[in-house]
Amino acid sequence: MNMSSNIPARDAQPVQTASVHSRPALELQNASVVFGSGANAVTALTPTNLKMERGDFLALVGPSGCGKSTILKLVSNLLQPSEGLVLVGGKEARAKELRIGMAFQNPTMLPWLTIEQNVMMPLKIVSPFKETYRQDKTGAFRDRVHALLAQVGLKDFAQHYPWQLSGGMLQRSNLCRALVHEPDLLLLDEPFGALDQFTREELWQIMQDLYLDRKPTVLLVTHDLREAGYLANRICVMSARPGRIISDEPVNIPQPRDIGMIYSPAFVEMTQNLRELIAQVRST
Amino acid sequence: MTDTQRIRFLSTSLIVGFFLAWEVLCILLNVSDLVLPRPSEILVTMWTRFPVLWPHILQTLYSTLVGFSLGVVIGVTLGVLVGTSKIAYAVAYPLLVGFSSIPKVAVVPIFVLWFGSGTTPAVLTAMVICVFPIVVNIATGLATTEPELEDVLKTLGASKTEILWNVGLPRAMPYFFASLKVAITLSFVGAVLSETVASNMGIGNVMMTASSNFQVSLVFAGLIILALMGVALYAVFSLLERRVTGWATRGNDIAVT
Ligand SMILES: Nc1ncnc2c1ncn2[C@@H]1O[C@H](COP(=O)(O)OP(=O)(O)OP(=O)(O)O)[C@@H](O)[C@H]1O
Ligand SMILES: [Mg+2]
Repeated sequence: MNMSSNIPARDAQPVQTASVHSRPALELQNASVVFGSGANAVTALTPTNLKMERGDFLALVGPSGCGKSTILKLVSNLLQPSEGLVLVGGKEARAKELRIGMAFQNPTMLPWLTIEQNVMMPLKIVSPFKETYRQDKTGAFRDRVHALLAQVGLKDFAQHYPWQLSGGMLQRSNLCRALVHEPDLLLLDEPFGALDQFTREELWQIMQDLYLDRKPTVLLVTHDLREAGYLANRICVMSARPGRIISDEPVNIPQPRDIGMIYSPAFVEMTQNLRELIAQVRST
Repeated sequence: MTDTQRIRFLSTSLIVGFFLAWEVLCILLNVSDLVLPRPSEILVTMWTRFPVLWPHILQTLYSTLVGFSLGVVIGVTLGVLVGTSKIAYAVAYPLLVGFSSIPKVAVVPIFVLWFGSGTTPAVLTAMVICVFPIVVNIATGLATTEPELEDVLKTLGASKTEILWNVGLPRAMPYFFASLKVAITLSFVGAVLSETVASNMGIGNVMMTASSNFQVSLVFAGLIILALMGVALYAVFSLLERRVTGWATRGNDIAVT
């Protein structure tokens, strides 16, 4: 199946941007994850291979429990592979070769900090921002945080505490926190899940602008096939638990993409195909 | 009248009523002031003897606060050491619980033995008695930190110290301040106790001396001063607690015990 065949490919961009950096941004080499041992061992991820060049925007879709979050945790070094290798920027994940921004599936704002302070946290921890954190936290950094919050419609909530925000608002702050330190590698775990369709489409456009602006490498986990098709230039489908990647296809639609595009017949057909594929792997 | 106002009014009335009943019953039943002096007599004694009592009040306060401060420093240090490592926490917990259930009064004679009587055993008693609740609370606060909160910093490549400063310690603050309220009260009890047996200063000592001289209303004056000091110390720290850790009682993410 080639999802791109039905899309009018005007000046289709090369999917895997020929990078000046020869090393891929991300590489899983037969990486697997097994929780526990012996009789109650749970395989969260069967040996998986995945490679992302710098500047790739990859969407990872698949049934619940198939190991998508597990892959993100491997890349961000929250988990170590039971077997195989996880290379980030050509080095093992723990070397932190690339600057990582991660939006977790459940927004985990620190409850004792305001939204502003929460979003600013990466600037306090990550070089080169942390070196000037003391001077800039009330100046340049604050402005940057406020600009981001304004972009996602949370301008008036900077001084609020997490418990004063709704689930969707927390998710938007979560996204800001993942972006604030301009990461090279962005890991997004269903970042738009708890939002209404309009806010979601709005954030897709913001996301696309941010991506085209700086071209970070993005690994997006989502259940929304339109989201995957609209944002990504590559879609990987995972099989049901224990998961592995069963399909890896480019999306050959030039960017920037217009939001109206997701209602075009060609796009609908592409998502239909994906949908059927996932329906198949769920039932087997 | 709001609920809080009503509650305030009722508790004030209860306190006033208690002393009134005490006064009236003493008069009606003709109780000798060698057994139970009337509140009005106690008040007069407090007033007339205040210049003599004042240095003792300061002394008790001094022993309490110095001992308490030492206890906090030691308690926080031990708590952080124990709480940051899951293994250390599991290993040390039984020992800590064991220590904290010893009646700390029992250490007074030991301190007197080592340091003679006076301020030193009072300070040390105040210290020893308040260390364990602080250690246990800090360690529990740290050890029960949600891994998800730490993950936020881990993905950013934060060091262990950065995680401790930005997640562990703030997360443990409600536990810490809850333990301070308990600790200051315990320190106060410890200091007074040590004064009663091994000092020639402090309210504890005043009460002991007065009792052996049958100055009954002075004994009771001391008691009331102690009560007032205890309430004041507790109030200061619960105010501080509310100021610093409001997020824990307003949010529902994290339950505080
Ligand atoms: N800490 C853990 N201990 C044991 N098993 C785990 C643990 N974390 C995840 N798993 C298992 O690993 C599998 C994959 O989990 P993962 O969170 O990666 O799924 P997912 O693809 O992100 O699902 P969803 O779409 O529902 O978020 C699940 O079946 C889960 O039961
Ligand atoms: Mg998940």
